[in-house]
Amino acid sequence: MIRDITLGQYFPGESGIHRLDPRVKIVMALTYIVALFLVKDFWGFFFAVLVLSIIIKASGVPLKFIIRGLKPIFIIIIFTFTVNMFMIGGEVLWQWKFLHITREGLFIAVFMAIRLILLIIGSSLLTLTTKPIHLTDGIESLLKPLTVFKVPAHELAMMMTIALRFIPTLLEETDKIMKAQMARGADFESGNVIRRAKSLIPLLVPLFISAFRIAQDLAMAMEARCYRGGKHRTRMNAIRIRKGDYVAVFLLILFVVIIVAEPSIKGLLV
Amino acid sequence: MSIKVENLTHIYAEGLPHQQVAIEDISFEIEDGSFVGIIGHTGSGKSTLVQHLPGLLKPNSGSIIIDGEDITKKEGSLTEIRRKTGLVFQYPEYQLFEETVAKDVAFGPLNLGVSMEEAERRVGEALKQVGMDVKLVGDVSPFELSGGEKRRVAIAGVMAMEPEVLILDEPTAGLDPKGHHDILELVEKIHKAKGGITILVSHNMADIVNYADKVLVIEKGKLVMEGTPLEIFKREDELIKMDLDIPPAAELIRTLRERGLKIKGNPMSVKEAVSAIYEAIKP
Repeated sequence: MIRDITLGQYFPGESGIHRLDPRVKIVMALTYIVALFLVKDFWGFFFAVLVLSIIIKASGVPLKFIIRGLKPIFIIIIFTFTVNMFMIGGEVLWQWKFLHITREGLFIAVFMAIRLILLIIGSSLLTLTTKPIHLTDGIESLLKPLTVFKVPAHELAMMMTIALRFIPTLLEETDKIMKAQMARGADFESGNVIRRAKSLIPLLVPLFISAFRIAQDLAMAMEARCYRGGKHRTRMNAIRIRKGDYVAVFLLILFVVIIVAEPSIKGLLV
Repeated sequence: MSIKVENLTHIYAEGLPHQQVAIEDISFEIEDGSFVGIIGHTGSGKSTLVQHLPGLLKPNSGSIIIDGEDITKKEGSLTEIRRKTGLVFQYPEYQLFEETVAKDVAFGPLNLGVSMEEAERRVGEALKQVGMDVKLVGDVSPFELSGGEKRRVAIAGVMAMEPEVLILDEPTAGLDPKGHHDILELVEKIHKAKGGITILVSHNMADIVNYADKVLVIEKGKLVMEGTPLEIFKREDELIKMDLDIPPAAELIRTLRERGLKIKGNPMSVKEAVSAIYEAIKP
C-alpha cells in the first residue's frame, strides 16, 4: 500500500537518461514544466506528449510504473477538471439549472488536466532516473551561485539528502510498526473517519519516537566524524558535464524553440 | 492446534527490477505442544516466513493450514487468526505507545473485544508471566523502563492475547548477556506453562539447542534442514559452510576431535561436553 507511491522514487537503470548530469536533468525538468504553461493549443500539447514519450522510452522506465505514480493525484486532476469545466464563461454547450458547460470551459479543463498529468510525469521522471544523492548534488551545485546572497546551498542540500535518505527507512519502520500492532489485533482499515484517525495513534506514537531516535543517532554520528559542512568540503563523486549532456542541452533548446514558435509555425502551414 | 505450511513462496516487489524472492517453496508441519527453533542468517527469509503465520503477509503461492483452516484463502477479518497466533516482532519495545504499561498490555485484549475486567485480569497475568508485577509497573510509562523491561512489557502485550501459538522473532537481539539469558529462560517457562506451540526465531544455534524439540534451518529463502537439534548438529559441517554458528560446546568438541581426541557421542550443552571430555581423557 505505502509502497505504491512512486513520486520521488528512484527506478534503477543504466539508460542514457540515467547517466545524464543531474544539473542538466533538473534544468530540463524545470524547463519542461515552464514550457507546459506556454503551450496554448492542441498541437503544442501533442508535441509535449511526444517528446515526453520519447524520453520515457529512452529511460527504460516501464510506463506501468509511471502511471501508478499518478494514482495519488488522480483526485486533484478530477477536481481541477470539474471546477474548470463548470466555472468558465463563454459559448454555452449544456445547461442544467445553475450548472453550465461552455466550449471554452471544456477546452481549458482538458488542457489543464493534460498539463497537470504531464507536469507530474515530467517531474517524476526526473526522480525516477536520478539517484537522490545525485539529485541533491545537482541542486547544491545549481544553488551555489546564490551563496553570494547568503543562501545556505550546502545546508539545504544536506537537509534534502537526509530527508530523502530517510524516506525508505521511515516507510519500513511504519510497515513494521503497523504489522506489529496488527499482530496485536489493531485494525487500520475499517470504521468511520474518527475511528480510523484514532486507530493511527498506536502507529504514530512509536513512529515519532523512532524518527527522533534515528535523528539523534544520525546527528551524533555526524558530529563524531567532525562534520561541519559548508566550504572546502570535497566530494567523492564529483559531477561532471559529458558529451551526452551537451546533446541533451541542445535538444532542450530545440524543444523550447519549437514550443515558443509553434503557433507561428502552424500559422505558416495553414 | 497444529500448523501445516505447504509450498509457501513470497516475492517482494514482484514485477519490478528489484524484485526479490524472500522465501521459496517452504513446507513443514508443527505438532501441538512443540517448541520449534527457526535458524537462519540475517536476510535468509526467516522473519518473512513467520509473518505469514498470523496472516500479516500474504504469500504469492502456497498455503498455511492452522487447525485445519487454510488462512491464506480466508476472506474478511483475520482477528481470530491473530488471536490464535501471537507474533512478537524483533525489537518489540518499539511498538509501545500507551501512557502506562497496563494500558499498553491491554491494547491487544481490548482489540479482541474482551471486557474491561477480563482485560485487567489478563494484564496482571501476562505481566506476571514475564516476571513483572502489575502493582509496581502498571501505572508507570513504558518509556521510563529499561531496555530489557520494555521488551518484557512488549512480550506481555502479545501474551495478554492468550495465543495458542507464540512466535518470537529474535527476542534477544540487542540485549546484554544477562538479558539474553533471562529472556530465553522466560520463553521456555512460558512454553511450559501455557502449552501450545512456541516458535523461536534466531540466528544463534546456541539459543535454540537447549529448548527446541525441532529445528528448521532456512538459507537464502529455502528450507535446507529439518529435524531434532541432535539431527541438525550431526550435520555441523554443512552448518559451518552456511556460516551459521554452532553452540560453543559443540565447537570445542569439534576442535578437540580435530586435534585427535576421541570423544564419544554428540554433546551440545556445556554439561554434556564436560562429561564427554572427562570420559575421553580419563586415565
